[in-house]
Amino acid sequence: MKMTHLKQLLAISGFIFAAGLVQTPALAQQKNDPKFNKMMQDSFRAQGIAGLDRIDQDATQKFCSDPQFANSKQGEAMREKIQKMNMDTIQQPSDGKYIGDWKNGEKIAQSGRGATWSDKADTVIGGGCYNCHQIDPKEISYGTIGPSLSGYGKMRGYSPEVITYTWNRINNAKAYNACSNMPRIAHFKLLNEKQIQDVMALLLDPESPVNK
Amino acid sequence: MKKLIKSTLLVSLSMAAGFAFAQSATDDIAKYREMIADGNPSELYEAAGEDIWAKPMGPKNVSLQKCDLGKGPGVVKGASAELPRYFKDTNKVQDLESRIITCMEKLQGYDAKEIISAGFEKGKRKDVEAVVAYVVTHSKGMKIKVPNKHPKEKEMYAMGEKAFFFQGGPMDFSCASCHGEEGKRIRLQDLPNITDQKGAALGWGYWPAYRVSSGQFWTMQQRLNDCYRQQRFPFPIYGSDVTMALSMYMAKNANGGTVETPGLKR
Repeated sequence: MKMTHLKQLLAISGFIFAAGLVQTPALAQQKNDPKFNKMMQDSFRAQGIAGLDRIDQDATQKFCSDPQFANSKQGEAMREKIQKMNMDTIQQPSDGKYIGDWKNGEKIAQSGRGATWSDKADTVIGGGCYNCHQIDPKEISYGTIGPSLSGYGKMRGYSPEVITYTWNRINNAKAYNACSNMPRIAHFKLLNEKQIQDVMALLLDPESPVNK
Repeated sequence: MKKLIKSTLLVSLSMAAGFAFAQSATDDIAKYREMIADGNPSELYEAAGEDIWAKPMGPKNVSLQKCDLGKGPGVVKGASAELPRYFKDTNKVQDLESRIITCMEKLQGYDAKEIISAGFEKGKRKDVEAVVAYVVTHSKGMKIKVPNKHPKEKEMYAMGEKAFFFQGGPMDFSCASCHGEEGKRIRLQDLPNITDQKGAALGWGYWPAYRVSSGQFWTMQQRLNDCYRQQRFPFPIYGSDVTMALSMYMAKNANGGTVETPGLKR
């Protein structure tokens, strides 16, 4: 009796698996679509600091706008190419210092301001970290698009490897995950080097509340 | 060992406290909505819209009572539950706002370009917004039932899907960055997954809405406009094709859900 059940189950799951294979829709393959491009160009206008160049996609944005292809087996080679390209943009700190002031890092992590058409060119851009991450466990207003970073240093340790990896990941998350949801902080100059050092401290200073 | 247990307990306790707090913040918003649900300030806009609909105006001095919102001239009931849709006379897929402007232009003789270039809540645009409030109230409680038979409707849906995943700007954002996954939040704000029927209905079904934080009635066009602002994109032109396409994508995904407009939002 039990055996027949198992057999049935296996047969069913085999069928589902096969059906899954058959139903995989044709991939869009990053095809150029002049009609769509024209719609995008005709639908926006520049406003304040937000110029039309913002919808001129770079290779990473173009690739990640087709998630079906980007996540497919066929997209794998391109995914690696995009990651390498982004890795190559990362610069290590010019003064060799990775860890700044965590208190200032907390302020940067709290602010989600800047870079919209209603901001000025000199509006200080925030890190926007809490929009997506839990960080200091005392802050209960945090988003969940990214993973929790509470206890970041305490859990991973403070080795040079962890520090460099974290530096790289904050500077350009797409170096590790081509289509990560995280903005490329250094690549688009959202934060400067000192600000990134301060955010680093929030995660990796043993004195930071993140690691208490 | 004892110390470890203690700290583990402490961590889980504080996490529980944080969770409870987060829960209650969402609950409070729900309570507040309930409290004022019988007195949604959108009613003021709706009443103004009803007057504007019936009053002869514009260079031709006629009312909007012959305006065809898709269910025949003058039919308001159920109209917004089936928008956007394809209109033969303009040969275009139009949302409610774009269609009201067509009527103001064709029936009343207003200059559509002027309405399009005016800002939100400015000039003749204010009248469009009031009429929106009036029209959407008359679909409240109905099922969202957006047509997808005409080739142009199908094309708009496909373009909308593409636009939904289109990344750009200095933060690489697309609509999908926030609205492509289940159960995500920005800060404490829950984000509907618009790629899914339930999530799409939660988004599409509750806009236009009265927005408590800004004390304004926001149309769907204004909601989309502010999404793009926060995406760090350039400015989407009022009634442009990308806004029609995205609306078609959201609305069709939401089909079968309930129209809850005008909604009441944070």
